[in-house]
Amino acid sequence: MPTYRPGPVSLILAVLVALFLLMPLLAVIPVSLTPSRMLTMPTGELSLRHYRSLIEDPRWLESILLSLRIGVVSSILSTALALTFSLGVWMFQPRFTAALVGFVLLPMVVPPVVSAVTLYFLLTSVSGLTSFFGYDTWLGVAMAHSVMTVPFATVLILVSLSQLDRRIDLAARGLGASVWERATRVIMPNIKFGIVTAALLSFVLSWEEIGVTLFITSVNAITLPRLMWMGLRDNIDPAIAALSVILIIITVLVLAVRSVAVKMRGGQ
Amino acid sequence: MRGTLSDRMGAALLMAPLLLFLILAYAWPFLGVVKWSFTLPTPGLEQYHALLTDDLVQSVFIRTLRIAAIVTVVSVTAAYAITVVWVRGSPTQRVLAEFCILVPFWISVLTRAFGWVALLSNRGLINTWLQSIGFISEPLTLVRNEFGVIVGMSHFLIPFAVFPLASAMRSLDERVLLAARGLGSSRMRTFWTVFVPMTRSGIIGSALITFVFSLGFFVTPAILGGGRSVMIAELIYLRIFQSPDWGLGAAISVVLVVFVGALMALLFRYVKPKQLV
Repeated sequence: MPTYRPGPVSLILAVLVALFLLMPLLAVIPVSLTPSRMLTMPTGELSLRHYRSLIEDPRWLESILLSLRIGVVSSILSTALALTFSLGVWMFQPRFTAALVGFVLLPMVVPPVVSAVTLYFLLTSVSGLTSFFGYDTWLGVAMAHSVMTVPFATVLILVSLSQLDRRIDLAARGLGASVWERATRVIMPNIKFGIVTAALLSFVLSWEEIGVTLFITSVNAITLPRLMWMGLRDNIDPAIAALSVILIIITVLVLAVRSVAVKMRGGQ
Repeated sequence: MRGTLSDRMGAALLMAPLLLFLILAYAWPFLGVVKWSFTLPTPGLEQYHALLTDDLVQSVFIRTLRIAAIVTVVSVTAAYAITVVWVRGSPTQRVLAEFCILVPFWISVLTRAFGWVALLSNRGLINTWLQSIGFISEPLTLVRNEFGVIVGMSHFLIPFAVFPLASAMRSLDERVLLAARGLGSSRMRTFWTVFVPMTRSGIIGSALITFVFSLGFFVTPAILGGGRSVMIAELIYLRIFQSPDWGLGAAISVVLVVFVGALMALLFRYVKPKQLV
């Protein structure tokens, strides 16, 4: 069967775009190996001192642990909220579904900087109530991240529910299963993949969140992106290049594993 | 089947936690921000009046619209070029194109902005290389200006521009293209008169998404603009944290939301939400 394939001009243009997309990711590699204290290209000798400083400087480790904690807590919260909401939508198909889903998706559509101002308002106004929740606290950041990630989790879970055959739920219902049994023993096992994906995406979005975090933290809750931001704004610290190389390698590995997993699922 | 009392209660119980969470943590504080814009420092429409008259605010708005427009054209064009290969290329080409789209997509905005600093700064890769071959004697100023901002933002937004285009190109009937070729139309002519017009909805969706995203962009302009080409989002940040003027920051936020809301309404008039993913 003949197929319509891109011609040579298309291919050349696509290669140029691909180079443009990969260039900045490759550029951090030589910078991370510079022996200099400043952001320069290495001239002659290479050094791993910036990788060492990631391990030796306690600030990096502290912020990595903080980002992990915030990521896990906010991912659990947003996945749980998204899951119950989506189950409600799918099982009962209430009136005004479109409007309710639209409301839930707002934090995804509203410009992030406006969400940031909004969450700044919220956290500074509750700051006086307790010392552990509010502006510049890790719980405050985790909650704010949940607000930002819950629309993405909801979309993923709703999409996997939409691919589910309603008849299995009808059968369970006909056989007398309660709402709880239908949800936990019939529906959820069938959308496991969607739930796990939602939790992972929420974690990743929280792990790299910077726009909102900048507005709601100052000196205590320094997440990893916040620490990178500080190193980028003042005197650019080449340790960021070393960190970037590590993050890029992790991303490529995860994507490779994921594509193999998807192929294996498809093959079954 | 639907609408019995227990059904309504079940739905309410399941949907309530998220709705309550977002009302308390998002809708209510947003109204607080709106209130700020009318009451700080003194009650009235003073801040909105300032938006219309203040030269600095005006120039930031105009710069933001200009940068957003340029970035949209660059990103959609570049995205189109790589999407053609991602959707219609040979199996190997598809895998490679997908890799080049998804890897940057999943890497954090900070790392990507930093990569551009490493490339474009005075002692970066490009200037070092151009100087070493003797092409230039003084480093070119490629970053901390509008050029750097446009490059960095386009790089960030290309993957987002790809998805609506890919969806339009996938749903396109290949037989029409083969018919055009079979009737003797050249590659170029088939592309411009058949392929491009048939992906129009994808182009509109992709352009609107890119434009809306660029309006509220914060991190990339702040790093690559180096404080010299401030866009709206950075202006809000500066108004709230540097020259504490919460009222003006809040008023700009409100205007930004209204503007983006209007654009989104426009988007959904032309494209169905399904076509965007």
